[in-house]
Amino acid sequence: MRSTTLSRRRALKLGVAATALPLVHIRTAGAAGSVSIVFFDAWVQAGNTAMKKQVAAWSEKNKVEVKADFLSTANNQIVITENAEAQAGAGHDAYSFATWEAPTHLDYLEPMDDVMARLATTIGPPNDMAAYLAKSKGHWMAVPSSSGGQLKGCVGRISILKQAAGLDVMEMFPAAPGASPGVDGWTWEALLKAAEACSKAGKPFGIGLGTTGDSSDSAGCLFASFGAELVNAKGEIAVRSDAVRQALEYAQRLVKFLPPNAVGYDDASNNRALISGQAALIFNPPSAWAVATHDAPAVGADCWHFPPPAGPKGRFVSAVEYFWGVWKFARNKTAAKDLIEYLSQREQVEERCAATMGYDMPPYPSMMDFNVWADETPPKGTLYNYPIRPWHKAEAHISGAPAPPAIGVQMYNRGTMPTMMAKLKSGESIANVVGWAENELEGFLRG
Amino acid sequence: MVDGTRELAMAAEPPRAAACRRWRRLLHRRSTVALLMCLPMILLIGGLVLYPALYALYLSMLNRRMTAFVGLGNFLFLLHRLTFQQVIFQSSLFAISAVLLKAFFGFILAHLMHNIPNRHQRIWRGLLLVPWVIPLALSTLGWWWLFDPSYSAFNYVLKDLGFTPVPWLGVAWPARLCMIAVNVWFGTSFFMIMYLAALKSVPEQLYEAAAIDGAGAIQKMLYITLPMIRNIISVTVLYSLIVTFANFDIVRILTNGGPEDSTHVFATYAFQVGIQSGDVPLGASVSLFMFPLLAVFAYFVLRNVTRRGKEMAV
Repeated sequence: MRSTTLSRRRALKLGVAATALPLVHIRTAGAAGSVSIVFFDAWVQAGNTAMKKQVAAWSEKNKVEVKADFLSTANNQIVITENAEAQAGAGHDAYSFATWEAPTHLDYLEPMDDVMARLATTIGPPNDMAAYLAKSKGHWMAVPSSSGGQLKGCVGRISILKQAAGLDVMEMFPAAPGASPGVDGWTWEALLKAAEACSKAGKPFGIGLGTTGDSSDSAGCLFASFGAELVNAKGEIAVRSDAVRQALEYAQRLVKFLPPNAVGYDDASNNRALISGQAALIFNPPSAWAVATHDAPAVGADCWHFPPPAGPKGRFVSAVEYFWGVWKFARNKTAAKDLIEYLSQREQVEERCAATMGYDMPPYPSMMDFNVWADETPPKGTLYNYPIRPWHKAEAHISGAPAPPAIGVQMYNRGTMPTMMAKLKSGESIANVVGWAENELEGFLRG
Repeated sequence: MVDGTRELAMAAEPPRAAACRRWRRLLHRRSTVALLMCLPMILLIGGLVLYPALYALYLSMLNRRMTAFVGLGNFLFLLHRLTFQQVIFQSSLFAISAVLLKAFFGFILAHLMHNIPNRHQRIWRGLLLVPWVIPLALSTLGWWWLFDPSYSAFNYVLKDLGFTPVPWLGVAWPARLCMIAVNVWFGTSFFMIMYLAALKSVPEQLYEAAAIDGAGAIQKMLYITLPMIRNIISVTVLYSLIVTFANFDIVRILTNGGPEDSTHVFATYAFQVGIQSGDVPLGASVSLFMFPLLAVFAYFVLRNVTRRGKEMAV
């Protein structure tokens, strides 16, 4: 039988080996553990490349191995995976949450107050909508991110708007700092006149009335500018109000000039309407223009981005906000938070924003001065007014706010506001539409 | 005497040897072998079908935050919602009309096919199966391009012929009809192939005897064909009804439930409520809503099929 006793010589050898171990230990990228994260798969692929480069740099510096997956919003892949991970209590350490997804999973998220406190000192606070979505009971549950973020202002055809409606959008919103001469005159009434003129010219405004994000966003900024809240911040149904009635009376006039198939629009229909030359104006981030510059260069060179019109209660720009959160079940929370903090710094955000041709919109007001929006062409300066500039007198808004997010998410995803407008287009009375909305909203209040 | 000797021998056998012998005997039984061979499939069905189904049932009885048991509260809540009432109507209209049309066209095609000489039949059979073989999501995308608001190929032709373009997916009834048409296009092949197989199993002598008795084509169909393939018709309709009620791809791709929620079926509405709007329990309730009705329907259909099978065997 083999002896297992430890001799003095053997003990000495082991002791020497143990002492020498730190001296010969090779530090690898995974020396301080590993962290896994899901990123939004950028529409502009260069955005993913920039993100990978930044993640690799952080990984190398901190000696933490990073497993980064890029999930698409197409067919809700990113949303489905996130729900599966929440239900299973297992998966990645950190996740990219689309607009309403962070508030939906509050119970599964790790508070991020420490990260937000440090970010406040370097990049300042995010916009109010980010706080509305990611703050719960005074705690930040996710960090607002630029990756995937966007604003849905107006994208107009310069020549058509000038010829058919007499609007010189380049003069109204020039690509230069300082007050825009046309900002005060750009109201929903002005949009209505332009919509009528362009519709008569055979180039209607491609504003969708479907149950998808783009339709909810454009209807949301219209309702907000009339002060029309379907559900107020306390969670009470407020659909029978003068403000809602005014918004619907206006919508009743507007829908007459929208395309006959506007009710069947999906999120790509407005893009196609612009790119194919059928629409004079849409509400969209620069993705439609970016595609047009390749597929229909003449159209691309004739596009100008500017803020939405103002109503009696102000000017609201629909914002699609993204967040980075850390699951409660994450195995390496410290590393995940550190990575998120690094990626949120101005230098990193600007680099990714430039890679995506200005598409990724940071939710931090301190970052509205990136050069990319002034530099992008054609035409020169087309994106200058894509971010919210101080002289636009506008604020970011999300369709469904200020209702509690648990209700707002249902209003947004089930397209309550665009459906109300669609019903007006099909000839229903305002009273009927309000009655339908009230029944629908009662269902959303379920606890 | 022999039995008595055996009992004595068994009594003298050590307990461990007896246990081994019992195990060996158990393993040599045909039923045990059958069970072992089926076990992987039983485990798969248990893990991937039974467990998710029971979990969905459990979820459907929770409140929105999944913190309290509400029994059948979610189902009662749904019944009072106007949009859900519309979903029930649309799902029923979609499933029942599509299945009836598929059964009708499938029956006609199977008959036509049955009367084509065998040599040519193979080509036609292959061609007619193409819609059913292509992945549904892919073929629905093709249909979507035909109906698309901006680039509709149908509208392109209509405009060329001097007609006004039709907003195929932008108005409730045309959109509903488009859904049904795509489902019929996709599923008719399945009915055709099932009916064709059934027709081929009907003995030719029955038709010859009927012809001698002076029966016409309609009488042959009513008194020979239909009774002989009745079981196949029942099972095919049942299977198709269940699948069509659960359809997701067509509605999701063509209209996403719009316009004005008029084309939502249970699956798409469940997805919108459960996954997109963060109310998983209510989404589970929507998806399970038809389960009791379809289960009862399936029970009666399958009972009749079994009964007729026994009658034919006698």
